[in-house]
Amino acid sequence: MSNDRKTWLAFGVIAVLLAIIGFAQSWNVSLGILNLCIISAVMALGVNMQWGYAGLLNVGVMGFAALGGVSAVLVSQAPIAEAWEASWGRLLLAAISFIATILVSVLCYRKLVPGRMRGLGITLTIVVGLALTRWSFDPAVASIEAIEPAKTGFLGGMGLPIIFSWLFGGVVAAGIAWCIGKVALGLRADYLAIATLGISEIIIAVLKNEDWLARGVKNVTGLSRPVPYEIDLQSSSWFIEAVRWWRSGALAAADDVAQQAMLKQFVIDASSIFVKLCYTGLFAAVLALVLLLSVKALDSPWGRMMRAIRDNEIAAGAMGKDVTRRHLEIFIIGSAVIGIAGAMLTTLDGQFTPTSYQPLRFTFLIWVMVIVGGSGNNMGSVLGGFLIWIVWIEAEPVGVWLMQVGTGWLDESNVLRLHLLENAQHMRLFFMGLVLLLVMRFSPGGILPEVVRKQ
Amino acid sequence: MEAVTDLVNAVVLLLNFVIVPGLSYGSQLALGALGITLVFGILRFANFAHGDTMAFGTMITVLVTWWLQSKGISLGPLPTALLALPAGILLTIALVVITDRSVYRYYRHAKAVPVTFMIASMGVMFMSNGIVRFVIGPNDQRFLDGERFIVSAREFKAATGLSEGLSIKLSQGLTIVIAIILVALLFWFLHKTRTGKAMRAYSDNEDLALLSGVDPDRIVLVTWIITAILATIAGTLYGLDKSFKPFTYLQLLLPMFAAAIVGGIGNPIGAIVGGYVIAFSEVMVTYAYKKVFVYLLPQSLEPEGLLQLLSTDYKFAVSFVILVLVLLVRPTGILRGKLL
Amino acid sequence: MSFLNGENMVGGYGGADILKGCSIDVNEGEIAVIVGPNGAGKSTAMRALLGMLEMKEGMVSFRGRDISKLSPQDRIAEGIAFVPQTSNVFTSMTVFENLEMGAFLRDDDISETIEQIYQLFPILADKKDQLAGELSGGQRQQVAVARALMSQPAVLMLDEPTAGVSPIVMDELFDRILEVRQTGVAVLMVEQNARQALDIADRGFVLVIGENRHTDSGAALLADPEVRRSFLGG
Repeated sequence: MSNDRKTWLAFGVIAVLLAIIGFAQSWNVSLGILNLCIISAVMALGVNMQWGYAGLLNVGVMGFAALGGVSAVLVSQAPIAEAWEASWGRLLLAAISFIATILVSVLCYRKLVPGRMRGLGITLTIVVGLALTRWSFDPAVASIEAIEPAKTGFLGGMGLPIIFSWLFGGVVAAGIAWCIGKVALGLRADYLAIATLGISEIIIAVLKNEDWLARGVKNVTGLSRPVPYEIDLQSSSWFIEAVRWWRSGALAAADDVAQQAMLKQFVIDASSIFVKLCYTGLFAAVLALVLLLSVKALDSPWGRMMRAIRDNEIAAGAMGKDVTRRHLEIFIIGSAVIGIAGAMLTTLDGQFTPTSYQPLRFTFLIWVMVIVGGSGNNMGSVLGGFLIWIVWIEAEPVGVWLMQVGTGWLDESNVLRLHLLENAQHMRLFFMGLVLLLVMRFSPGGILPEVVRKQ
Repeated sequence: MEAVTDLVNAVVLLLNFVIVPGLSYGSQLALGALGITLVFGILRFANFAHGDTMAFGTMITVLVTWWLQSKGISLGPLPTALLALPAGILLTIALVVITDRSVYRYYRHAKAVPVTFMIASMGVMFMSNGIVRFVIGPNDQRFLDGERFIVSAREFKAATGLSEGLSIKLSQGLTIVIAIILVALLFWFLHKTRTGKAMRAYSDNEDLALLSGVDPDRIVLVTWIITAILATIAGTLYGLDKSFKPFTYLQLLLPMFAAAIVGGIGNPIGAIVGGYVIAFSEVMVTYAYKKVFVYLLPQSLEPEGLLQLLSTDYKFAVSFVILVLVLLVRPTGILRGKLL
Repeated sequence: MSFLNGENMVGGYGGADILKGCSIDVNEGEIAVIVGPNGAGKSTAMRALLGMLEMKEGMVSFRGRDISKLSPQDRIAEGIAFVPQTSNVFTSMTVFENLEMGAFLRDDDISETIEQIYQLFPILADKKDQLAGELSGGQRQQVAVARALMSQPAVLMLDEPTAGVSPIVMDELFDRILEVRQTGVAVLMVEQNARQALDIADRGFVLVIGENRHTDSGAALLADPEVRRSFLGG
């Protein structure tokens, strides 16, 4: 079967799956899954750029997604003027001394002759610099966190529409990726993996503990939305009229009193579906844009060079390609895409909760998507994102149902049965691992393998 | 006289909050890192499933401990878990050997690149994580029994008359003693036995080891068995010391990797050195030194802040920073490891 | 019938055939040398004898028995030892441990063999507790040869043993190899230093593009004007 037909078929299957969920559970659930599918697909595209185009193993997807998430807070929340007033002087001082510390140590490293003096100089700079930073920073933090700790206690954001955070999240993720890439990209493949794993844990630790930034584990809830609120829709006449017209068939059959009640219910249902569809539209637009750009990039001379480097780093290096520099580029771009997806996710959730970032869900699941979908193939990653997310979500009810059927012969209060039912949800981890290993072994290219281009 | 007491108090304080916890945590990390470094030395890949191997072994030990406790069997002052360890070890050996047979062996024979092994190990990680959570659930489980302390703070204060107490938990003492015994056994095995030497030879120069008649399948099997033993014991000791929670073991992966790489990956001594380096840095950087200085300095110079370099939540950052520094300055680790 | 005999060997490493029908053989107590220009397939021929590449045609026999189907490990167990050109010692192990690894397949007492090795290579006795990775290039080559001899092989195969060592060390190594022959071992080696190698060789094989060009005694080859002109630089 040609890859094109396979692609159509695979996405047909996805559509059928979503339709089944729509009919069997509800369209609301189905659309909710679809939205997360799209976000997952964008994340998978980001990972695919790094792994599929360049062979870079980024095991810190979670960190970049969280950076996108915190961007949503920093962009959309209103600035807390009091907090800024109370702390700006000290913050500025802390920032200056922090940056100065880094600059001076780098300068020491570059200018001084290697030896004991250099080591001493750098150590001294760092110790003094950090002490100075802490000296002005700690009181600043205390003064920020003292302001209405139950409600705010942080600096707030820029007060811009949240949709800008998608861009901002990408930029922040790219910036951090530049720092990591500078340090880790010259190293071996598995060291990069471990370095990215580490940095993602650190990003999460920072977000959990720096309350002044985004309230830490106290979470930021009630983020603004790029789409209308259900409650507003339910009271706007155009929406009610539209629903009345849409469901006129069902409404006509009922009498007046019942009609009112039915209409009310229809409007409530329709409003939540409408909101989800708005998100779907926005997310799909981002996905289409990212996909378009990646396909174009992959077919460009730059993309050809990328693949040449991936397939034979040494030969490409010998031909004068700056391998490390190209790797840095793709690492930054891929991380930015993950950051964008992370910001979209937090926008959809409407809240930022650092504790929800778990490596299994945010790093390794995305990897399963890329490998299963087909590494190196953009459509494959998108497919992987859709398929794996559906399986991940639906494995839970299906698992519980299977357990219920499987343990039906046991008594209702049987301890084993209760245990199995309670923990059935965890089997989806097992199942994901199994899918990953099976695909790697029996179909190493994934469902939609990379198309080998003939020049 | 008072100055001397103050000094002693400060030392006891450091012993209690830095040295003893650092030694026991370091031993746990060292045992974990040894498993990672052995797999790296022989099978040549970074095993992401190692944390979950530890979790699996500990889980079995916990379950058997509960069963023994329900039968009224105990070890007196020692934790019953020690009695349950052999069962945990055996089943963990079964797990890793089955994993090797069904997953890694295929790639070994296909001469796959290390990255493929690494991604496969992520799949294994998912599966064993799922099994552990399915069987025992995602929550905290306590299974420590027997005596709590070798030396309790109260007894110590009463005996010495100092105002600072020193407490050594039995689990900490056990960790250190068992780690020393295990490491001694491991090094005896690697340096004095035929199979151990063959393992070192295989790790050093695979082709030449094959030319000398070393059977690679046997070496790999032995490596997995040792790894399973180390992982189960390290995991159980960690669980006794803190508590058993599946997710914590996934998080231990980072400091263990850091320990293995910092020491020089593929080098067993390096893994031990790395374990203690990472553990002591974590403990020292996140300890609040205020009280120590209160004892050491005259009253007029007493510090205002906690004198804590970093909040304890950043202990992962510590292992990471050390890792990055070592990679930049000396990519082969403190003791020369492999640069594949 | 020779002791170790590779006849009409054809094959390569998956791609084009490197060996296009070459025959190599060596007898007990004899030194045979394979020489020839770069890319002639000298090392490949040796690897074919050891079973390290797929052969399309031809056969390898040892002590009159067909061993073409045996794996390299099994051939080693039969009594063939091989010293690769590079990475031929365990650098992180002591000299003594290297020798022990050479005798890995033996179950009997190896102390006597070790004494013989020390007599043959006295420097190794002094350095026995030193890591092989810390030795000089020439000493390492001695460890490599000694490791191979520890299995008490009937055939010793050496892949360019003198590559990268100084002329003095080379002469010494050749002296040692002559002594090894005295013990009845069949020695087969690939050499870049063709003149010196043929000097000590009982027989020589000149390979060109995977085929035998000349096969004769070492002295005869050295005397052959065509061989001298084409391969020994006049």
